[in-house]
Amino acid sequence: MITYGSKKQLEELKKEAEKIRLSKGNIIGDTIVSDIFNNAEKLAHKVVRQGSYSVNWTTKTDNILTSKILGYPIMLLLLSTVFWITITGANMPSEIIATVLFGFQDVLTRWFIMIDAPNWLHGVLVLGLYRALAWVVSVMLPPMAIFFPLFTLLEDLGYLPRVAFNLDHLFRKANACGKQSLTMCMGFGCNAAGVVSCRIIDSPREKLIAILTNNFVPCNGRFPTLIAIGTIFGAGAVSQGYQSLAIAGIITILILLGVGTTFLVSWVLSRTILRGETSSMVLELPPYRRPKIGSVIYRSIIDRTIFVLRRAILVAAPAGAITWMLGNIFIVDLSLIGHVAHFLHPIAHSIGLDGFILMAFILGLPANEIILPILIMSYISSGHMLEFDNLVDLRNLLVDNGWTWLTAVNTMLFSLLHWPCATSLLTILKETGSKKWTIMAFIIPTTIAFTLCFIVTQIAHFLFI
Amino acid sequence: MQILNHSQMLQEYFGIVKKPDQLIIALAGNLNVGKSTLFNSLTGLRQHTGNWPGKTVDNAQGSFSYRDKNFLMIDLPGTYSILAHTAEEEVARDFICFGHPDVTVIVLDATSLERNLNLALQVMEITSRLVICVNLIDEAKKKKISIDFITLEKELGVPVVATAARQGIGLNSLKESIYQVAIGSRELNPTQIKYSMEVENAVLKLLPQIEKFRFDKLFNPRWVALRLLDGDEKFIRNITLHLNSQSRWAVTREAEIAL
Amino acid sequence: MITYDKSIPLSQIAVGCTCRIVGLELDGILRRRIQDLGIIPGTAVECIRRGPSGDPTAYTIRGTTVALRKEDASLIHVHLI
Repeated sequence: MITYGSKKQLEELKKEAEKIRLSKGNIIGDTIVSDIFNNAEKLAHKVVRQGSYSVNWTTKTDNILTSKILGYPIMLLLLSTVFWITITGANMPSEIIATVLFGFQDVLTRWFIMIDAPNWLHGVLVLGLYRALAWVVSVMLPPMAIFFPLFTLLEDLGYLPRVAFNLDHLFRKANACGKQSLTMCMGFGCNAAGVVSCRIIDSPREKLIAILTNNFVPCNGRFPTLIAIGTIFGAGAVSQGYQSLAIAGIITILILLGVGTTFLVSWVLSRTILRGETSSMVLELPPYRRPKIGSVIYRSIIDRTIFVLRRAILVAAPAGAITWMLGNIFIVDLSLIGHVAHFLHPIAHSIGLDGFILMAFILGLPANEIILPILIMSYISSGHMLEFDNLVDLRNLLVDNGWTWLTAVNTMLFSLLHWPCATSLLTILKETGSKKWTIMAFIIPTTIAFTLCFIVTQIAHFLFI
Repeated sequence: MQILNHSQMLQEYFGIVKKPDQLIIALAGNLNVGKSTLFNSLTGLRQHTGNWPGKTVDNAQGSFSYRDKNFLMIDLPGTYSILAHTAEEEVARDFICFGHPDVTVIVLDATSLERNLNLALQVMEITSRLVICVNLIDEAKKKKISIDFITLEKELGVPVVATAARQGIGLNSLKESIYQVAIGSRELNPTQIKYSMEVENAVLKLLPQIEKFRFDKLFNPRWVALRLLDGDEKFIRNITLHLNSQSRWAVTREAEIAL
Repeated sequence: MITYDKSIPLSQIAVGCTCRIVGLELDGILRRRIQDLGIIPGTAVECIRRGPSGDPTAYTIRGTTVALRKEDASLIHVHLI
């Protein structure tokens, strides 16, 4: 057995080193760092030749993208262009996927009839499980498979650090870190991933602020829901040609509202429970690089498709089956869902929703993707409509169940601001290692969502009714 | 005390499970140097991610084969330095230092070689089983930067490979160099940093004390002296922690070397 | 106490100007972080741009671009060259 000296010997060694270190005026560490760099510098001078190089694209691009006048407008324009492309591009594939998948539902139904399967089995498996799956895939997949490649392109181009550079000043006013904007960008994909990415923030206080507010960026599971509801209720107001522009506008406003909430909450947190001064920030601005467009798009489409399909199978499908059962088990003359919705109705009504919507949000805790399918299924099980395969049908279903533009606005607001999904909460628990902060991460958005929806509803009632 | 072999040590202290025939490659480098692109193009879909034990830092592992050898590549977190001030740097440093990978690949950005060499020189103090990969040579070319790779290799004393991972350029030479270093067919003589007199003197003063520990086969005593002089608390803590693992493993290692 | 003769803080360097670092007054993790990027005495630094709201400021150091906030840059002492 080989042993390398005792702990005591190591302590002595440490003391000796400490003595030498302090005898030199405690600058030996700095000298070591400088010496390493001096070696690197000498070596680099020996082997690197810089030819004459007139056009510096990075400088030229930065002159525009981070300029005083154009910096912010371009950022906004890029953001809304990404949304516009996503919304316009997603329409058609969404419809095609819906047609195919819901067409197959009829085939499935025929098979079930052929083998003389009991009604409840057909209900659970086809009307519940399969339909939820089909909905999630057709509504979620196309926007995400368009949004993410675009976003990844911006990332690959090197634009995202510039967003942090542009916005740092604002974040600092909220005593937070500019790098929080990068974690928010990650949040578009998945808030759990956004929370994990907060590791890039050095100061523990600012990291915690970024973790607690990441939820105000709509993730993969909420973003398409916002688009769908925005499309149904927002675009009807303008003429055909400008519809997707109008929706892009609505979505941009919603995102800005989320960003605004992030600033506000960060500001309040850093003046109350997370009081403290802004710490330093060192941000590298790498040169712009031409992305390999083909492979970036290919990779991120594949990546998103797998992500959405996985979530659809793991979460949406079982949730669909369970919801169907809850909607078809009757106690007295009301289904279980009906009872719950009835119970929630008064509180939901005060914030401009109805009992079914609030219940869908509650049942959607495991994953935001399933909120819309649960809602649709609960409406269907309580009503009589069965045919259902596109956004027009969805509009009719919602209107039949008493939706107005106010319901739509509140649903979108609630979706944007409400509690994080279970996965995000677990991630927050893991990253912060604290139950207290995890609970705060639940309470803060929930309070904001309820309060804002309440105010909007009451003002609307006061003005219009 | 139970005796460990390399796989058991890696599993117990770093959460890395390797197959018996796999050689371990650590992949280190600054941020934004295309390290993940390189990792992806070498390992393709044969990857999985985990976590470093006790740390909230991701750990990506991927495998590939070249000639008659199988490799398990560990993608270390991107860092500017391994003087360990952050959890990422600590993970990268501890793995290179205490995990004893068969080969360590350091990815450098050809467009800012000077700053990237800083990291390379730091790693060269810890291990000699190195391959230096100068990536993004396409970007450098665009910026009219030319690099004399022959002189660089001579100066560094370890294999240097030029790559453009996004275009797939140089990947085969990289694998060849990794292979040669892994099987020990390359003569390695990594250059050592020349410090100022005051630092050198302090190191000389401390060395006799360190040599008492007889771990010269595991770590470069000079490097240990430098860390102690730097007042690197984390390193001092971790070396205490890892001395146990290292001594448990050393027996097997000595036996292997004797064979 | 180290005094930096005739030095000015990096934060006061105008865009387009180049200077040489003479000393760092930062401490803790930021000091090391900055040193790791090669911001050490003797290094040439060029101030290249300010953010849209005037802060942070981007500097070129050893061929790379790094953005620093005003407060942090004011603790780095430089000589104009």
